[in-house]
Amino acid sequence: MSKRVMLIEDEPNIIEAISFILSREGLSVETHSDGTTANDKLRASTPDLLILDVMLPGKSGYDILRELREEAGTAELPVLMLTARGQTRDREMAERAGVSAFMTKPFSNAEMLDQVRALMAETS
Amino acid sequence: MLNTLVFVCSAYALFLFAIAFAAERAAMRGQARWLRSPIVYTLSLSIYCTAWTFYGAVGSAVRSGFEYLTIYLGPSLVLIGWWWILRKLVRIGRSQRITSVADLISSRYGKSNLLAVGVTILAVVGTTPYIALQLQSVTLSFEVFGVGDIATGEEQGHTALWVAAGLALFTVIFGTRNLDANERHNGVVMAIAVEAVVKLAALLAVGVFVVWGLSGGVSEALAKIDASSLGQWQIDGGRWVGLMMLSAAAFLCLPRIFQVLVVENENETHLRTASWAFPLYLGLMSLFVVPIAVIGLEMLPEGSNPDLFVLTVPLSQGRDGLAVLSFLGGFSSATSMVIVAAIALSTMVSNHVVMPLWLRYAGGGAKVSGDVRGVVLLARRLSIIGVVMLGYLYYRLSGGGAALASIGLVSFAGLAQILPAMLGGIFWRGASRLGALVGLTLGFGCWGYTLFLPSFGAGVFLPEAWVTAGPFGIGWLRPHALFGIDAIDPLLHAVFWSLALNTGGFVLASLASFPGPLERLQGAQFVNVFEHSAAPRSWTGRVAQAEDLMIMAQRILGARDAQRLFEREARRQGMTDTLPAPTPSFLETLERELAGSVGAATAHAMVGQIVGGMSVSVEDLMAVADETAQLMEYSARLEAQSQELARTAAQLREANAKLTRLSVQKDAFLSQISHELRTPMTSIRAFSEILRDTTGLAPEDQHKYSSIIHDEAIRLTRLLDDLLDLSVLENGQVNLNLREGLLSDVLDRAVAAAAADEHGARLRISRDPAAEQIWLNTDLDRLSQVFINLVANARKYCDATRPALEIRVHSSDRLVIDFVDNGTGISLEAQDVIFEKFSRVSDQKAGGAGLGLAICRQIVTRLGGEISYLKGQGGAAFRVVLPADIAMAAE
Repeated sequence: MSKRVMLIEDEPNIIEAISFILSREGLSVETHSDGTTANDKLRASTPDLLILDVMLPGKSGYDILRELREEAGTAELPVLMLTARGQTRDREMAERAGVSAFMTKPFSNAEMLDQVRALMAETS
Repeated sequence: MLNTLVFVCSAYALFLFAIAFAAERAAMRGQARWLRSPIVYTLSLSIYCTAWTFYGAVGSAVRSGFEYLTIYLGPSLVLIGWWWILRKLVRIGRSQRITSVADLISSRYGKSNLLAVGVTILAVVGTTPYIALQLQSVTLSFEVFGVGDIATGEEQGHTALWVAAGLALFTVIFGTRNLDANERHNGVVMAIAVEAVVKLAALLAVGVFVVWGLSGGVSEALAKIDASSLGQWQIDGGRWVGLMMLSAAAFLCLPRIFQVLVVENENETHLRTASWAFPLYLGLMSLFVVPIAVIGLEMLPEGSNPDLFVLTVPLSQGRDGLAVLSFLGGFSSATSMVIVAAIALSTMVSNHVVMPLWLRYAGGGAKVSGDVRGVVLLARRLSIIGVVMLGYLYYRLSGGGAALASIGLVSFAGLAQILPAMLGGIFWRGASRLGALVGLTLGFGCWGYTLFLPSFGAGVFLPEAWVTAGPFGIGWLRPHALFGIDAIDPLLHAVFWSLALNTGGFVLASLASFPGPLERLQGAQFVNVFEHSAAPRSWTGRVAQAEDLMIMAQRILGARDAQRLFEREARRQGMTDTLPAPTPSFLETLERELAGSVGAATAHAMVGQIVGGMSVSVEDLMAVADETAQLMEYSARLEAQSQELARTAAQLREANAKLTRLSVQKDAFLSQISHELRTPMTSIRAFSEILRDTTGLAPEDQHKYSSIIHDEAIRLTRLLDDLLDLSVLENGQVNLNLREGLLSDVLDRAVAAAAADEHGARLRISRDPAAEQIWLNTDLDRLSQVFINLVANARKYCDATRPALEIRVHSSDRLVIDFVDNGTGISLEAQDVIFEKFSRVSDQKAGGAGLGLAICRQIVTRLGGEISYLKGQGGAAFRVVLPADIAMAAE
């Protein structure tokens, strides 16, 4: 059974690109673009990996991360965070919120795949 | 006989020394009350009666009948009729701490040292012959007793020298005990009072002897007077009035009288006693003058010196004891005059001549401090010796020949020159320094020319030809007949002209000149002395002083510090539970402590006021005012500085807050830009890598992915364009391209450009063409850009199933264009921020960077109008308002 990745991202073209890359690797990808319902979706079906954008409509990626870290089911979930605001401050905030890995957009597809693989290997 | 006389003389001198010592000691112990009685004050005034009046009055009566009375009437008139002048003088003297006549004149006319020196010279010139006169009278009286024993000029000179030396010694000892010339000389005053009693007693004793002993009673004596030639003297009214006025003037101006009358005055109320007691004293002094003169003429051989009748009449009758008493009376008259004159003159000379010179040449600009005390005392002592010796020299050089009375009157006339400046100074605020200088110079010069120099005799100082024919033969300049007036007595002539020129010059020069500030202030202080100074307090005693000092110190230093200071001093003085005595060293300490808080001048003035019991001098006040002004200026400067600092601090805080705000905004802006740029870049990079790395992609996928790359590239370009546009607009660097055009055309263009998207989805737009027929004169391209934005926004964000936009135009005083769509509109909280940069309300599907409305707002503002969100229109509604001057109604 293939590993499941949940992608929460609001930019359609980026969803399309990441979905393509991960699917090509044999991962199943579930995408959501709304921040407010993200935690409900995670609770409903917890993936093996979460890829999370920071700037989301309704609720920021940091808030979603903090919330899921407080819940037993997702406290240890590997989370790869993506942000287009590449400042040090954003990385620090992500780390405080409990991120597993952090990448600045734009990224190379290979690098992102390496990160995804590494994060999934830790859990398995 | 002479030996007896020398012994009596020495014993009397020792007695005076003892009295002076006792008085000083009593004053030091604070038992000075009885020394300070009005009677002592009145008796001290009797130094007016010198040997000239003691011996000379009888001589004058022999030569000029009752004229000698004028010399007594003048001062009596002053005391009875002009007591208010005296009171004013005394009050000024006390409140201004006046030390001499010269000081009075100088102080009144703006502390002019030139005037002080002038008056000092006048006083020295006028008084020296008078001192010589006293020495001569003592010598002559010795001679009377020594007839047959010694009579050489050399011996006379020795006598005069011994007397002069003794007087100088006495004056140095008792006249310079205190540094403060304004302090009372208790010993001197007491000795003078005793001498006043002695001379009155002596004259009365001789008179009683003459009337009852020699004439056989009052009626017989009167009969003899009637029979004598004295009864036939005609009274010359003009001369009488003149002499009376002259002696009155002299009484006010004589330095020695000023010394006892003003400087030594302890209490203003003493004047009240003196105003009747002193005329009484003078009356008693003059009571027996005529009987003595008549009996002397009758009993003594022809050619006897009438100036010595007081001595020779008792001697001729073998009454040696009475003669010795009479001698002591004359001796007292002479010595008291010399002593007080020496004190008065030495004060002037040392204060106005020696000290200024010393300070200038030797002191090296030394400030008055403890170091100068010695110098001041030395200067005053040397001045005393100098003044007495000057009198002795004059006596030796003049040969002691001139008649006694004439020297006295010449001296009176000279010193009377001070009167205009003095009276003018205390009654007329307009009197000026220049006036005083001119008046004194004219009067002094005239007196010297018409009276003083001729008094030495024609040919001594003035050539004989000048006296008889006038200088260079100019008749109207003859010293005794100025301007051709030669009918009157030379003395009156000189007094009249010198005082007339003096007064005239004084008044005219005062009117013509404008007094300086210090002069005006001093003038006001002098003229209005009764308003400015408190009624004089009499001696309040040491306890009260210490209490006052304590109260003052508490106010300034605070209760605890003052308490500590006073306790420390009391312990040092060996006292417990009482306040310390105000010793000079303690006062100095206190002054220093206070000076730290209120400034040196203020401290000095305050301590001086309490200890001295007298008003603060103008100098003190000026110094206080200076200090206060400096303090006020300083504090004003400080206040200004602190206000300035506060302002600067506020500005800095504001600037800092603004910078912080700007910095936060900048960070947010950069962060936004970063996000807006990175987002399309991410897609572009991801898909280009996919295209590059993935083999066997379906052609439709290839096309789809390259289309995404293309769209995102366009989005990036648009974003950059918007950013640059906004930057230009925000910096105000935009150049408006003003053109004329119809509003309807501009709207047509905007609708054509934005109403349909690339997929052909069209926004339904309703307009009112009639209302749009308005000519505009503005930047039509920019305005079109705004409209395009608004139409595009409606197309992109209107969430109605059949999106529609209504464009409404109405113009009144302004042109208003509303864009209202039929969607759900913009949420209330979002309405506030939609015009901010990067504020995107809805999600990302429209692909804008959120700069559109910010740009619109910038453009409309540049065009002079405003753009706002219209509330309550159902859908999203924007209103563009343009000023009327860019709109013109259609033709």
